[in-house]
Amino acid sequence: MESQILIAGFGGQGVLLIGQALARAAMLEGKEVSWIPSYGPEVRGGEANCGVVIAEESIGSPLVTEPVLLAAMNAPSLQKYASWVAQGGILLYNASLADAPDVRKDIRVHAVPCNAIAENAGSVRSANMVMLGAIIKLLPLVSVGSVMTTLHAMMGPDKADLIAVNRAAVEKGMAAV
Amino acid sequence: MAEKMLMKGNEAIAEAAVQAGCRFFFGYPITPQNQIPEYMSKRLHDIQGACFLQAESEIAAINMVYGAAGAGARVMTSSSGPGISLKQEGISYLAGAELPCVIVNISRGGPGLGSIQPSQSDYYQSTRGGGHGDYRTPVLAPSSVQEAAELTQLAFDMADRYRNPVMLLGDGLIGQMMEPVLMPDYRLPADLPQKDWAAVGKPAGGSAPRAVINSLYLDSALLEKHVNGIYEKYAVIQRDEVRYQAEWTEDADYILVAYGAAARIARSAIRRARAMGIHAGLLRPITLWPFPADALRELAARAKAFLSVEMSMGQMIDDVRLALDGLKPVFLCGRAGGMVPSVQEVTDAIVKLKEGV
Repeated sequence: MESQILIAGFGGQGVLLIGQALARAAMLEGKEVSWIPSYGPEVRGGEANCGVVIAEESIGSPLVTEPVLLAAMNAPSLQKYASWVAQGGILLYNASLADAPDVRKDIRVHAVPCNAIAENAGSVRSANMVMLGAIIKLLPLVSVGSVMTTLHAMMGPDKADLIAVNRAAVEKGMAAV
Repeated sequence: MAEKMLMKGNEAIAEAAVQAGCRFFFGYPITPQNQIPEYMSKRLHDIQGACFLQAESEIAAINMVYGAAGAGARVMTSSSGPGISLKQEGISYLAGAELPCVIVNISRGGPGLGSIQPSQSDYYQSTRGGGHGDYRTPVLAPSSVQEAAELTQLAFDMADRYRNPVMLLGDGLIGQMMEPVLMPDYRLPADLPQKDWAAVGKPAGGSAPRAVINSLYLDSALLEKHVNGIYEKYAVIQRDEVRYQAEWTEDADYILVAYGAAARIARSAIRRARAMGIHAGLLRPITLWPFPADALRELAARAKAFLSVEMSMGQMIDDVRLALDGLKPVFLCGRAGGMVPSVQEVTDAIVKLKEGV
């Protein structure tokens, strides 16, 4: 069983980082995992997305075409990818930057005001961490502990002061859904 | 104790090269392989005696490779399609002068400047020599990030063993994706020949025979003798270095032949086909030259048809047909220009194969 996850938004929102945190946490738990970014003539503010596949057995195609979970960090990506979500899947959208989508009856839709929550938690820049929290709450593929360990490792000693802010953002994201 | 790291294919290739003793890297930027020089610039900077240099052009870079290889160093360059085309003159010279080096092509859509998305349309160029003259380069095609690391190190060993450039052929997907990697614990094979031919200068206080690094033979008879010698090496490579992976082939009626990223898509499609009761299998060439022709021929005893799955208009399919020599029908499932076939597309092609045969 392969679980495909798609995370999309503006360049600069930390969309790729959400995916990397998930992928590294899954690796930590001994799962098979692949992470693939959209790449191209990208610019800050342009579209950015990444696909993560988490599985128990070796992964075939690393491309994400039918995500069990879509995290849309802005309106254009919500519009573009909402129809991709697999039947019975989960759609999370950043309600601070996007209006509620046309309701698909066959998926679960959750509004997460990532920017507003992140601002309350101390820094709007951790909006991606709010979304990460919501993702791991709804899709129990990786444990909170693995994600926190991963964030520590990814930030390194130079950014140790940011750990607390990001941890708070992840926890608030978990509480928001 | 090494631990698994989440790395991009490009980063894994660079780190694996350094761990295999590569101390010289010369290149010129092009997407989608830029993480290789980026990583090398940082990594080699911290190693005494190593050199990373961003050359003024691909042609300059490959000739710097020629120089470092001639001095006996482990050296690598990397590029993508258009840049690899520019390097071809140098690659031919390297093959002619019998110099070992590793050339990485993280290929993109072509022809021309093409696109920057993943493609496999450099198959002909990679497997047929690429430049002018009678020569070949072994071509290794990873289909995961882990394998990209392993094959990079194998490429250095093969280059030194056969005194020939070795090509690592990836694509944008392999280069850009991240997967867990356990860096191999690299050991230099004990049986690699000494580089007594290298131009390393006169030893202090002694003398040594003059080292001549050259690909010019104005006497045709001498050149033919030289080329025959090169082809004796190639015969050994064809005998000893064929690598491939067979999956689900024991009971397969339909064999998909795919390498690199396309093999990943093919693997998913085969799982879908098998869920529908179609016995499909995968033959994944790891060496594109030498091509696993014997393995394919053996599968023809049972299989009804073959499907070449490629991110190109059909280039490897020629080698599949040459291997099978008319034994069984061969079909193509190909996309071009940087388009990656979807799993469903390949699954549909398998179903069509079953209905059509």
